[in-house]
Amino acid sequence: MGDPGLLFLELGGVIVLLAVVARLAVRFSLSPIPLYLIAGLTLGEGGIVELVTSEGFVEIGAGLGVILLLLMMGLEYTASELVQSLKTTASSGIVDFVINYTPGFVAGLILGLGVIPSLFLGGVTYISSSGVAAKLLSDLEWMGNRETPMVLSLLVFEDLAMAVVLPILGGIALGGALSGILVSVPLALVVVALILLAAHRHGERLSELAFSSSDEVNLLTVLGITLVVSGLTERLHVSAAVGAFLVGISLSGQAAHRARELLTPLRDLFAGVFFVFFGLQTDPGELPGVALPVLALAVVTGFTKLFLASWAGKRQGLSARGSRRAGALLLARGEFSIVMAGLGIAAGAPPELAAVAAGYVLIMATAGPIAARLVKG
Amino acid sequence: MTVQSREFEIAEIEKTELPGHGVRYDFITAENQRIGVIHSRTGRRDLFVCPPEDPDLVAITIHLNEEEAHNLIDMLGGSQVVADMNHLQQQVEGLAIDWLPVLDDAHAANHTIGDLRLRTRTGVSIVAALRDGTAFPAPDPSFRIEPGDTLVVVGTPEGIETASEIITSG
Repeated sequence: MGDPGLLFLELGGVIVLLAVVARLAVRFSLSPIPLYLIAGLTLGEGGIVELVTSEGFVEIGAGLGVILLLLMMGLEYTASELVQSLKTTASSGIVDFVINYTPGFVAGLILGLGVIPSLFLGGVTYISSSGVAAKLLSDLEWMGNRETPMVLSLLVFEDLAMAVVLPILGGIALGGALSGILVSVPLALVVVALILLAAHRHGERLSELAFSSSDEVNLLTVLGITLVVSGLTERLHVSAAVGAFLVGISLSGQAAHRARELLTPLRDLFAGVFFVFFGLQTDPGELPGVALPVLALAVVTGFTKLFLASWAGKRQGLSARGSRRAGALLLARGEFSIVMAGLGIAAGAPPELAAVAAGYVLIMATAGPIAARLVKG
Repeated sequence: MTVQSREFEIAEIEKTELPGHGVRYDFITAENQRIGVIHSRTGRRDLFVCPPEDPDLVAITIHLNEEEAHNLIDMLGGSQVVADMNHLQQQVEGLAIDWLPVLDDAHAANHTIGDLRLRTRTGVSIVAALRDGTAFPAPDPSFRIEPGDTLVVVGTPEGIETASEIITSG
């Protein structure tokens, strides 16, 4: 550590900036994610101020942010909810994947990002922001609405799909050649299947062992296990994010309940750092060049989510108004799109991917809440 | 997914999982208003009501902590007790429970329970008397029945029929 004084100044500055930005988001009932990204864009390379001393720390913090985001996502759901969602939403879930993944993938190819980065861009446009949806459901008091279970089930399906897609993408990125893909993708899937099986068989006992009446013990146990598993899966080239997600799913009952409460503040801090870091990695100079394609992609994938909601809503006998509300909830892309793009960058995608993803999430995470309020009338 | 709840005359309660959040229970009233409760994992209970013109959309949500939820249950309690008793009646074969109103001109009005000798004559027991919303459980033979009371009786269905006649006309 070169100069602790400078390090603290920089870190403090970043966190104060996050605080100001989060306050703005609360004031205007917007998602803070686009604001965090803008905060990151203004710092770092090509930005207004450059972070020098703290960049290493911010990078580690960003990695922790991804792990905590995925761990919390896994903790949200119980294994039975996942199975239930798979059963009830399989067909709309698959339609969702096809019509929302494809535009991103095709756009990546057209922009000349290359096949593997385009596969990640497909993930960016596919996955809706469950964070934005959850906030809208509570702000607009829509939790009791009839379309809400459908929206939540689709979000669960997407999260599960991500647990399958991430190791495949990781395997492909790593394998490169076809032979490599033939080895690393199956290996990744086997690791995921083994962890899921262990979670299914021993999840309850593990949760009982992990739980303690002391908050301190709970926090350290869950965080420790998660980091160890994430590290192991990363070394097996499955992506640390997937490892964290699987730990989250494995924990249930009281252990999961306490962990959710204890880890939320940590997640908020490090996820904020992650979004800033993603903004830092993105060269603001790249943004004007990709503005038009990003806008077109936003319009297309906005319509594909609205179409999905109206199609799935009709099958469930929802009113047209209910389906429109569902579409507005699913419209926003946020934290997991950035996670996708971040993993793509880490796997060696060109910097244009960061610019496209940042611009895309800036639009979609802002448009979602606005659309929901417009639908509400 | 729909489950048959333990109600009897009222509308069917629908139970729906809210993945990652909790469980929703709701039903549609006779006046076509959807009303329900969300049990969230944090222990909060949210009561919500939808307008008749759009049963999909929630118009009002009321957040209740545990104590407030209990208050609401107490306020709505009377009908639940009746429903539970009805349930019991259906479950035990040969046993009937009934609520017999004591009209102003009823024979039993202004008599004590001992006077009526219901148990001796019909085998039916008076397990409670309800007066102005208050229950008098297990009343003594010296309990004085007043016009407007409701007597909760237990016995065979035939015994209760006879008891009803005695209460009305002696």
